[in-house]
Amino acid sequence: MTIKEAAGLLDAEILCGEDWLDREINSACGSDMMSDVLAFVKEHSILLTGLLNPQVVRTAEMMDMSCIVFVRGKHPGDAILKLAGDCGIVVMRTEYRMFSACGKLYAAGLCPEASAKV
Amino acid sequence: MSEPLKFSYSVDGEDFMSAGTASTDMKRVLRQLGLGTEVIRRAAIAMYEGEINMVIHAHGGTALVEIYGDRIEMTLSDNGPGIPDVELAMSEGYSTAAENIRELGFGAGMGLPNMKKYTDEMTIETEVGKGTTVHMTVKTV
Repeated sequence: MTIKEAAGLLDAEILCGEDWLDREINSACGSDMMSDVLAFVKEHSILLTGLLNPQVVRTAEMMDMSCIVFVRGKHPGDAILKLAGDCGIVVMRTEYRMFSACGKLYAAGLCPEASAKV
Repeated sequence: MSEPLKFSYSVDGEDFMSAGTASTDMKRVLRQLGLGTEVIRRAAIAMYEGEINMVIHAHGGTALVEIYGDRIEMTLSDNGPGIPDVELAMSEGYSTAAENIRELGFGAGMGLPNMKKYTDEMTIETEVGKGTTVHMTVKTV
């Protein structure tokens, strides 16, 4: 699935990285705990989170993740968007809560086996 | 043996929001050197966890990165409180981070285990009241 398709499923507003929406994503991770993201996630994933601070972007960057989705309608500040832009990461926001957002991507076939237990 | 490429960074212990800048820069350098994606990712994650640890627990410190023909060596040194029980600190889920750190998404007790997981070798020298030095090696060939 592309980032653009994921954005459509989530009725998401793109906040940063309009030029990179055609990138393919292989899996997704929903977490507010960045330590866990750093432990388990595969590259080219989407990160769904309700956590709002620049370390979310740093974490995504270290993990080679291509896209961050802020759930529950949260608005990231300019510092977060600037850092994401510098790192080449797409940022979007959705009104859906974490469970619903993850469920929509999963139901649409976003490679469950790639994000399964390790 | 040829001299390694060396980079050193000062990690600011007062600003959690800017933690990770050294890791970001190291990642950029490793990319420019044309190292493999997986190698870069492992080194960057280990360095980032180390940086976060220094900010959370030790009021910052220094990071030295040395790039040899066959490996990346990262040495993170701080003058923080030291680790009283390294074995306990290495166990997944054990954390002494304050609640405000957990609210920022860290302090799950995965930092040191992650650093070990993503590197080929890791040693910890620590003395309570003096500080900690973590040395990590990631093989590149």
